[in-house]
Formats: sequence, C-alpha cells, structure tokens
Amino acid sequence: MAPPVHSEITLTVNGEEHTLLVDHRTTLLDALRERLDLTGTKKGCDQGQCGACTVLLDGRRAVSCLQLAVAAEGRTVTTVEGLADGDRLHPVQQAFLDLDGFQCGYCTPGQICSAVAVIEEHAAGWPSAVTADVRPEAGPPELTAEEIRERMSGNLCRCGAHVQIVRSVARAAGAEEAAV
Amino acid sequence: MREFGYERAADVEGALALLGTDPEARYLAGGTNLVDLMKTGVARPVRLVDIRELPLDRIEVTEAGGLRIGATVTNSDLAAHPEVRSRYPALAQAVLAGASGQLRTMATVGGNLLQRTRCAYFTDGAGPCNKRLPGSGCPAIEGEHRNHAVLGASGHCVATHPSDMAVALAAFDAVVSYATADGPGELPLAELYPPVGDTPQVETALPPGALITGVTLPPAPVAARSRYRKVRERASYAFAIGSAAAALDVQGGVVREVRLALGAVASRPWRARAAERALTGGPATEEACTAAADAELAAARPLPGNAYKVPLMRNLVVALLTELAEEAPR
Repeated sequence: MAPPVHSEITLTVNGEEHTLLVDHRTTLLDALRERLDLTGTKKGCDQGQCGACTVLLDGRRAVSCLQLAVAAEGRTVTTVEGLADGDRLHPVQQAFLDLDGFQCGYCTPGQICSAVAVIEEHAAGWPSAVTADVRPEAGPPELTAEEIRERMSGNLCRCGAHVQIVRSVARAAGAEEAAV
Repeated sequence: MREFGYERAADVEGALALLGTDPEARYLAGGTNLVDLMKTGVARPVRLVDIRELPLDRIEVTEAGGLRIGATVTNSDLAAHPEVRSRYPALAQAVLAGASGQLRTMATVGGNLLQRTRCAYFTDGAGPCNKRLPGSGCPAIEGEHRNHAVLGASGHCVATHPSDMAVALAAFDAVVSYATADGPGELPLAELYPPVGDTPQVETALPPGALITGVTLPPAPVAARSRYRKVRERASYAFAIGSAAAALDVQGGVVREVRLALGAVASRPWRARAAERALTGGPATEEACTAAADAELAAARPLPGNAYKVPLMRNLVVALLTELAEEAPR
C-alpha cells in the first residue's frame, strides 16, 4: 500500500504557530514563501549552494531549500522578518543599512540571517577553517576580516558587495577594529 | 520529485522497524545531500524515515581515552566539541573545511559517511553512469574527469568520495557502528567502502536496512598533533581537488608514528599505509617525506585530465608532513 504523501504539520515561525497541510516534497523555503507569504527568505539556487534561503532553525543557521517542511515540524524557525524588535532593527540589519552591505539586495536576507548566527557561533568559541589553532587551549579566535569571510562563505553575493558585508558583520559583532 | 511517505522515528528500534526491508525506503538525517538528489531525481525513495531525533547526538570520551561520536551529531557540533579539537584537531579542521556554516548545522556524521559522489555524470541524473545505472558505462573516463580518482579506481568508475571528515576519520582508525533488525555490528572505516571493481553501485559494506549509529575513535596520542589541509579551486566552500590528514610523532629526529590519509583521490578516504611504512622509524626530513609520498603515489593511475593530482598530492603530503616535523618538540 502506498504511504500517505501529505501531512498536517505545525510550524513555529517568528514566534507564531501555523498549521498547514503539506505535500511531503515541500521544502521549508517553499512553505515560508508560498504558504505563509513570508517572502523575505529568497530562493536562489534551490540546491543548498548559494545561501539566499538561509534561516535560523532552532537558533542555528540552515539552508531552508534543503530542509523538508514536514521535517521542520516541532522546530523553531526565525526568518529575516522575525529579527527586528518592532520598529527597532536587529543590530545586523542596522549595520547592513548603515554600511551599504548590499547592492541589489536579493542575497541580503540570507546574508543577514547567516551573520546573526556567525556572531553567535563566534561568541560561543567555535573555530573556523581559517582558525590557526583549533585546540580549545588556544582560546577563541579573534573575529578578523579573514574569519568573517570564511564564516560567511556559504552566502554568495552576485553583485560583489562583500567588502561592505564584511564591515557590516564586523560592526554588528563589535569587532570593527580587528576586522577593518 | 517523486512523491514519498514520511515517518519520524523516536528510537533506533523504531527506525529499523519503520524502514524494514523496503529497498525504496531511505533514512533521512540532515538531508543536505539526499534532498538535493531527490530534487534532481537521482534519488527516488518511496518512503523517508526521519532519524534526526534519535538519541544518537552525543560525543563521549571512551574509557580507553578515545571518542564515541553519535551518528546524528551535526558537523557543527562535532567541529566545536572541545574533546575533538583537543584530541583529534585534524578531525575538527576537516569538518570545518567542508561545506558551509549553514550546511554543517544540518549535516550529520552518519550522513557524511554515506553521502554520494559529486561526479557530474552521477548527479546529472540523465546520461549513463555505472553507479546510477549499472552497466550503462562511465562517461567520465573519456570525458570530464579533472577532479576524479587517481588511486583505486577501475575501468567502471573513477568517481571520488567527497567527504573531508572521513579522511581524518580514516587516519585515526575509526570504527563505524551500525544497527540492524538482527542486532548491532561494527565495521572499520577502512572496510566500509568496498573496492570499486566492476560494482561501483555497491558503495558500502553495510547490510541492507542497516542504520549507522555512531563512529568510535580509538585512543591515539599521536592525533593530538595532527592537521588537515585541503586544496580547492577557491578559498572556501568548495570540494577538495586534493586533501590530506596527517599526524606525526617525532622523537630525537626519528619518526615514531605517522598517520596519513588522502582525500579526493579515490572512491574512499585513502589511508596511505605505504607512505606510513616508508616514513616510520626513519628521519623526519623533507627527503624522507618526499620518498614516503612517492611510495604511496607509485600506485596512482591518473587519466589525462587529472594527472595534475599526482604532483599536487606529492607536494601537499610533503608540505604537511615537513611542517608537522618542524613543529615537533625537540
């Protein structure tokens, strides 16, 4: 007997619960955009390669194009629409605005969600591929421009706005001296 | 994408029962490779059994002083774990060298081992490929094989295993644990991936329906001084064209112990035993490291388009080993 190919699921997005019937093939990205009208999250490659669809899943960054919506049930989703506190932008959003951390803006929601997580990962002491010594006794790496570039490498920017993206992340992290 | 059923397992027994013996059912963990392949029709499961919530997400120090890593530990958590970074730094480095920050939070250790090759003839989903359509031929041998295997390949398939993590695990003698309906089992990582031969579609030695539950690293004091280096065509976020994980114990100028595994050169992470034998017990000089690299690469059988990999791997191995030798405590 063929198994059911739809499920009713509840997604918690930006603090609100939404119950919807989804075809199991639906990605979280398509559920957000097409079912919940949260079009801030962008579809670029739809193959997990460009980072435009990056959201926070249980507080960690994830590409929503490779996340099945049905498998996200019970997890907490934060999209770019959920970062601001009312009219007060998230510090990462404000930094991108103040420093022109974008050109066309298409990759920006993914860049911003990713940057929010980068700052938290760095604060938690996570090393990166450019960290010279990953051993815990070496202590946490300084958030230099090189570290930011590596940690943000999953977000492509076709316009080439990287210089100001790095500055924006550094400012939001309070690391401008180390990074600029 | 083909329609599919979805079920979520709460424990290992439940996952095994849900999958059963259905050859068209697949375990789903992070999904970063499987969902991508489902979109392009390369993978066409009828049912998915979601194992992400299984209680296999822990990293523990074993009594012997090694590590036991659960199958659903994410790449991010593996690379951030203090015991991994302290005892097996090359493993943390290898994981951090793979994919991107937003893929590593999703991808899991078990899934990483079972990810499929990125050979474009395989992922294309249309034309011939002996892995995807056994007996249909290997277009890569006559076609685009710039990033294909130079070691252990066959006339039936020249694809490489894409994992960075598995290269470090191979250097440290990892053992893969799995569960089946008939009970648990273990496989040394070296035996997880069978030789390509004329059956490139057989990618693992796991029994049908088996679920990887974890990976155990035996204690390896030499691993505390280890390093992973990856060569790729851009500075970050790309698959390797060659990589190496190495650990070196030098005392009084003599190599006491060396571990070396190579990536992006074969259908599996390539443990460089010939190089290890050549170097052990001798001097840790650049000359000796070069001879060791040559001993391993003597078995290389490159194709016209990937012959560059032989000198590339030679240079990479020599650079990595001499660097570790120079940093050794006097």
